[in-house]
Amino acid sequence: MSRRPQFKFCLYLAGDALNSAQALVNLRALCETYLPDRHVIEIVDVFREPKRALEDGIFMTPTLVKLAPLPVRKIVGTLSHTATVLMALGLESVTS
Amino acid sequence: MTSQQAPLNNGLAKTPTGISGFDEATSGGLPCGRTTLVVGGAGSGKTVFALQFLAHGAHACKEPGIFVAFEETANRIIANAESFGWELGALTRQKKLFFVDAYPGSDIVNSGNFDLGGMLAVLELQVKTMKARRIVFDALDVVLALLPDLASQRREIYRLHDWLLAHQLTGLLSAKASGDGTRDPGSRIFDVAQFMVDCAVLLNHRAVHGVSQRNLRVLKYRGSGFDENEAPFLIGKQGLEVAVTRAPGRISVKATSERVSSGVERLDTMLGGGYFRGASVLITGFSGTAKTTLSAAFAEAACQRGERTLFVTFDSEHSEVIRNLMSVGIRLDRYMKSGILRMISARTIAGSAETYLVRIKAFANAHQARCIVIDPVSLWSNPGTDMTTQSVADRLIHWSKGDGTTLVCTNLLDELSSQMEGGSHTQISTLADTWIHLSYVVQAGERNRGLSIIKSRGTAHSNQVRELILSDKGVTLADTYTAGGEVLMGTLRWQKESAERIANEVTEVAGKRKRVKLDTDEAELEVRVKSLQKELLAKQFEKALLARTAEGRKEELSHHRTQMKESRGADAVKSGRK
Repeated sequence: MSRRPQFKFCLYLAGDALNSAQALVNLRALCETYLPDRHVIEIVDVFREPKRALEDGIFMTPTLVKLAPLPVRKIVGTLSHTATVLMALGLESVTS
Repeated sequence: MTSQQAPLNNGLAKTPTGISGFDEATSGGLPCGRTTLVVGGAGSGKTVFALQFLAHGAHACKEPGIFVAFEETANRIIANAESFGWELGALTRQKKLFFVDAYPGSDIVNSGNFDLGGMLAVLELQVKTMKARRIVFDALDVVLALLPDLASQRREIYRLHDWLLAHQLTGLLSAKASGDGTRDPGSRIFDVAQFMVDCAVLLNHRAVHGVSQRNLRVLKYRGSGFDENEAPFLIGKQGLEVAVTRAPGRISVKATSERVSSGVERLDTMLGGGYFRGASVLITGFSGTAKTTLSAAFAEAACQRGERTLFVTFDSEHSEVIRNLMSVGIRLDRYMKSGILRMISARTIAGSAETYLVRIKAFANAHQARCIVIDPVSLWSNPGTDMTTQSVADRLIHWSKGDGTTLVCTNLLDELSSQMEGGSHTQISTLADTWIHLSYVVQAGERNRGLSIIKSRGTAHSNQVRELILSDKGVTLADTYTAGGEVLMGTLRWQKESAERIANEVTEVAGKRKRVKLDTDEAELEVRVKSLQKELLAKQFEKALLARTAEGRKEELSHHRTQMKESRGADAVKSGRK
């Protein structure tokens, strides 16, 4: 199981808005639980980098983009429904 | 044409949308720097409305705009709007228009609450970069549907609204909703939104008797008067065209007393000089009563005067109409060639009465027509309900009056439905200024065309039923002959005419004879007068002669006596003594 893929995330946040803060907390917790030592998280604050958000086509905050492994997936929201998030990330087998 | 112009008396600036009819109905357009909500069902024209608003701003008002597309990709929207000729692609390249692809995608996963703060941050940058003045959020319902509850939806709508206000942008939110909130529970949020925004417009698209009808209604408009009624519209070649009955405060054209010829000399006489310029004339009659011919005579007369004329025919192709009219001496082909006459076969226009009206208006404007003939207007009553047809007829007349256009419509009456005069089901007859009724008069086994003027506002007009005669020399009205209280037509008229002619001839001959006789008498008398004069002269001469002779003799006698005395040597005779 050592060749399990590395997960690469990009999380788009809107400053210190409550939703965004929740999403960050939830993502960190999820990664610690299910993807220990095999995840990278990049955080983009759209208030600081609106151009980046426009280029990436991110309009709702918070948005989590799974860049790797493919396919690319977008998850919008606070990531509070763990089961939904895991399913979207293709990690549902881990929970069962 | 900037939005800051034309402040109304209440001080609220308006942003023109460029939608013909809508700007008139709202006296200027959408509220400047405020938010407008456009709601409507699927395919009701929300996106076209929004795009036209932006395109007009970019083209005519120097107001760059941003289009945020939640439902479709920007490329598809640009491609779909290609046919309107707004050059959205070019505007985008000139940075007068910017499309934001905010389409969430089908594979998006929603987990928990989110907000539009990120989007607004992105847009803020874009607004600053291109100095945008107008912004459209198209299909806002798509993104709001991803939010978990009504409270979040409300929160985001308010966020958007506040953001728009803070940036002084003229915003337009469009959303799918039924408008009344009862049928579709998802649209409840837009009932909330309607309270928030300054202006709300409802678009709907429904089929009435199988015919598509689009309607627009301004639900609210803070701080401004507006046309509250539902106004039909259609999506034409240049975008939306809203049919407004009358724009508030529109100056009506002054009525003129100028007359225009009906094309039939005797009809002009009957009308006291012709139709009024700018009047609406209705010609009713059953099929085959020469309605088209009569209206074409008007068109020909208009063309002869050099007035640009539009002839809309619903019955047949215009080439057929022209050919048929040749047989009665009405030659329209030359005016077609010179371009003064435009003929349109409206069979090619499919759709509701509304569509017809808008198209005819467009054609008339393009042709700058001063005279319009619509033959027959009654075909409108087939598609759509009677009510719409009525309102269309109403608007047609209103519009033509407003423009000072002289309008002649024919109206086919159903032969079966009513033989009574003028059972005009579109009720256009009450609106028309002049109403001419053509009928068949059956008399002595013949059918003849009868023409009568049922009404003609403001003009003295003949009350007589006249016979309409079509010949290769044109259209004319026959002389009237009445007998036993009936106007004679056809053969009866002809009989009466010939009887009268014979009677005339007899009288004429008798007169001539009398004259000849009198002439003879006169000549005879003159001769007699002359001979008597001669006789008189002779008598006078004789009388003079007689007098002279008598004197001569007297002289001679006295001379003779003197001689005798001298010869006798007698004493001189004392005069006076015998």
